Amino acid sequence: MTKTITDVICPFCGTLCDDLEVVVSDDGKQLLEVYNSCVIGTEKFLHSQAKDRVTRPRMHQEDGSWKEVSYDEAVEYTAQMLAKAKKPLMFGWSSTNCEAQSVGNEIAEISKACCDNTAATCHGTTLIAVQDIGLPSCTLGEIKNRADRVVFWGCNPAHAHPRHMSRYSIFPRGFFTGKGQMSRKLIVVDPRCTDTAKMADMHLQVEQGRDYELLDALRVALKGEWLPDVVAGIPAEKIREAADTLKSGRFGIIFFGMGVTQSLSKNHNIDGAIALTKDLNEHTKFSIMPMRGHYNVTGSGEVFAWQFGFPFSVDLTRGFPRYNPGDTSTIDLLTRGELDAMFTIGSDPGAHFPISAVKPIANMPSVCVDPHLTPTSGVSKLHVPVAFNGVECGGNCYRMDNVPIDCRKVVEPPEGMLTDEQFLIKVRDRLKQLKGVA
Amino acid sequence: MSEYIIKNGHVFDPVQGIKGDKKDIAIKDGKIVDKVGSGAKVIDASGKTVMAGAVEIHAHIAGPKVNLGRIYRPEDKLFTCTPTKGMERMGGGASIPTTFKTGYEYAKMGYTTAMEAAMPPLFSRHTHEEIRDTPIIDEGAFPVFGNNWFVLEYLKNHEIENAAAYIAWLLRVTKGYAVKVVNPGGTEAWAWGLNCLSVNDPVPYFDITPAEIVRGLIEANEYLGLPHSMHIHPNNLGNPGCYETTLDTMRLAEGFKAKNKFGREQVLHLTHTQFHSYKGTNWGDFESGAKEVTDYVNKNKNITIDTGNVTLDETTTMTADGPFEHHLTGLNHLKWANVDVELETAAGVVPYIYSPNISVCAIQWAIGLEIPLMMKDPMRCFITTDHPNAGPFTRYPRVFKWLMSAKARNTLIDSFKHKDKVLSQTSLGSLDREISLYELAQMTRAGPAKSLGLSAVCGGLKPGMDADVAVYNFNPDKPVANPDDIETAFSRCAAVFKSGVQVVSNGDIVSNGNKRTLWVDVKVNENAQVARDISEKFVKYYSMTQNNYEALGHHFVPNPFALEVDATQV
Repeated sequence: MTKTITDVICPFCGTLCDDLEVVVSDDGKQLLEVYNSCVIGTEKFLHSQAKDRVTRPRMHQEDGSWKEVSYDEAVEYTAQMLAKAKKPLMFGWSSTNCEAQSVGNEIAEISKACCDNTAATCHGTTLIAVQDIGLPSCTLGEIKNRADRVVFWGCNPAHAHPRHMSRYSIFPRGFFTGKGQMSRKLIVVDPRCTDTAKMADMHLQVEQGRDYELLDALRVALKGEWLPDVVAGIPAEKIREAADTLKSGRFGIIFFGMGVTQSLSKNHNIDGAIALTKDLNEHTKFSIMPMRGHYNVTGSGEVFAWQFGFPFSVDLTRGFPRYNPGDTSTIDLLTRGELDAMFTIGSDPGAHFPISAVKPIANMPSVCVDPHLTPTSGVSKLHVPVAFNGVECGGNCYRMDNVPIDCRKVVEPPEGMLTDEQFLIKVRDRLKQLKGVA
Repeated sequence: MSEYIIKNGHVFDPVQGIKGDKKDIAIKDGKIVDKVGSGAKVIDASGKTVMAGAVEIHAHIAGPKVNLGRIYRPEDKLFTCTPTKGMERMGGGASIPTTFKTGYEYAKMGYTTAMEAAMPPLFSRHTHEEIRDTPIIDEGAFPVFGNNWFVLEYLKNHEIENAAAYIAWLLRVTKGYAVKVVNPGGTEAWAWGLNCLSVNDPVPYFDITPAEIVRGLIEANEYLGLPHSMHIHPNNLGNPGCYETTLDTMRLAEGFKAKNKFGREQVLHLTHTQFHSYKGTNWGDFESGAKEVTDYVNKNKNITIDTGNVTLDETTTMTADGPFEHHLTGLNHLKWANVDVELETAAGVVPYIYSPNISVCAIQWAIGLEIPLMMKDPMRCFITTDHPNAGPFTRYPRVFKWLMSAKARNTLIDSFKHKDKVLSQTSLGSLDREISLYELAQMTRAGPAKSLGLSAVCGGLKPGMDADVAVYNFNPDKPVANPDDIETAFSRCAAVFKSGVQVVSNGDIVSNGNKRTLWVDVKVNENAQVARDISEKFVKYYSMTQNNYEALGHHFVPNPFALEVDATQV
């Protein structure tokens, strides 16, 4: 006999779908099938069942080989590393739960670490723009129930957030949107003809890196002022048509992704997009929302904010929280060579950072806490595999619209494996002993 | 648990009618008791003021909009960060302090209970995570109901029983404390960029008026017999002339009588009254409507209010009144954040600088002080700053100073750039009343505790009540040489006990206490229609499933204190 668990939350992307069904064996030890999820989510669940999974911590040896160690030894190494370091960095947090993040923050406080999450290379620019100009936003259910104008700017949910369009943004029939897709106009702004762009009523194929100009031109068009014949590769008539489409709606939403946050102009693009949203609110109701990537990067920002006051790139080295992206942000710290220990959890900087920021990780005491084998675990001195959060343990996570959803445990982790939180608690307690903190 | 005896202090306790007499307060097993053994630890309070722990009835201290404020205002942390110190975790923030700092700051001022004033139900799990991380103080959170689709649909047809069953369900799944209403109908209208500015403006699509929502929720609240009454932020906040909407709103409570087992007497709590007491037609002829509003409240015993004192600081406004925040950003052009919440509510955040050099701000400050000075019954008027909207809660000692000393008020008025305008548009200059320590204890302890239905638990020093006690370095026998001494004394307690544990000693945190989450557990009869409506809304319109909606488990509410209500026999 098998058991079906319903209302399972998918720990992959910021869409945080919570309607999955998972079939497990009677003893709850094997995960057999996953329903309702996208292909990426399914893989995440099934990957936990891999036979060749690493289940015990491993130390990198001088000769490049790995030696299995116990969790206690891993705790000791980690605690010693953090206790000795003058300026350690605790990076990641986006693929773990808020409980683990909370314990991590306690550790960071005791060891006076720099703390950062993956927003540093992703929507950190969005957060900077929000700090400049604000953010008129809403929850995803509002879009489902009301939105008749949907803009995807520099993002490709068809591949990156596969169920976003069917659950919230294009297809669902909501309270005031009974005709589903037919009641919505979709505008996609992307230099590439992506699968999302192919579905659009209007595809604005902006010249690469010219998003800021186009956003500005849309604001000009809203005010009915003069425009050059072509802006950012888009003819003025088309820009005016887009502006008219946006302001003629009842409720609109702009979703944006890394195509605007990490391309030329960075946070200034988002400043422009938010200003456009504010302007549109003079005509109708409009919101804007970042398409957050990791399933709990939003939660990491929230926990940092209520405990330290800032959403990312927090520096505790002076004994109180400081925030100055560019100075206290991860890649800058790494490339300037200021760090003397690196603790990574719930993210893979090795695969995503510039090589100049990855090399220093290999040359300093480093710990990578991750259920998978990743480029980061490969360059770290200690790799601590843990239970899959959202599969083998529960815990609170925040969706891209900041709605918290408590993940479910659906299957037992391999015997003797710790969760992120359990491992961190051991490290914290040992660190307190080393530092003589009550 | 240890025993304590607080000796020779001047005790002010409205619950027992003690007005500054020298009296010993004994603490044992977390409660106030008649006497303790000789081994009890002695706290010498001679020459000091002893009161119950203060009760905050309305503040925005935990949850999504508070944290949005923290996230988008790094400037609020400038020069306000505090390092790790003994028991204290590090923190930061002035108008929106981090959770740890929030707990410590309240405790250091002698506050031991606080209510988070607006919890969007969809975000209850977030609110409870922050409450968990706010040390020492007991906290409850009010879920918002005034723009909730279930409520709008039930009350349109006057289905009180169904509305009540829904309220009971929502309080249970969100671990909520009371029925909060913010801009009834107006926030739903805001989802289309509209608003309801009077109690008779119909809500788009739902075709119900704010008046029907307010009356229906009072009725449902009393049907259930909840500890607190309906707690309302009326329509038309902050506009010149809004006092008429406020009076219209309060008139909706006429004819209703409180029905509950918690000793509460009001059926409507009007919050941050200052923001709702404006006369005039524009910002030029802006004037105080405090007299009209307090006259009405003085005559109608079924209403309690809190003040919402402007403290003349830079702060961060945040409210579930979404359209108001949009209006405000249009006035001050500072950054605007907004969150519309599906089926339930919305919220907005805008920074604001209350400058003493701007006549409107100075008049707002004066109105906030007129209200408590004009209220005849201090047991029905509570001091708040609607933290952080009119000012940060850390300014309470300063508000106390202004209320307790006419000299302090007049000195400040004299320094205003628009002194004449403040004097002509308000009557503060002619009010020479000074709030006594006994009245202060009514306004900050016994009164709010009673209004919240907690009069058996906190807000007093009667044996049997929770041992929440604050000792201030303030000698009531000595004349006040300098009004600033009042502010200094109330800023940092000599000692604070929370449920019998000493948490503050000489102004320093010495324990993280035994914080509880207060919530109201209402039993109602099974209601098949409401159960069906709830499941239908989740299947069709919510973006999450019903089974993931509840704030469940140790992580969210590690130390619950549930007030039980049985409404099955109604």
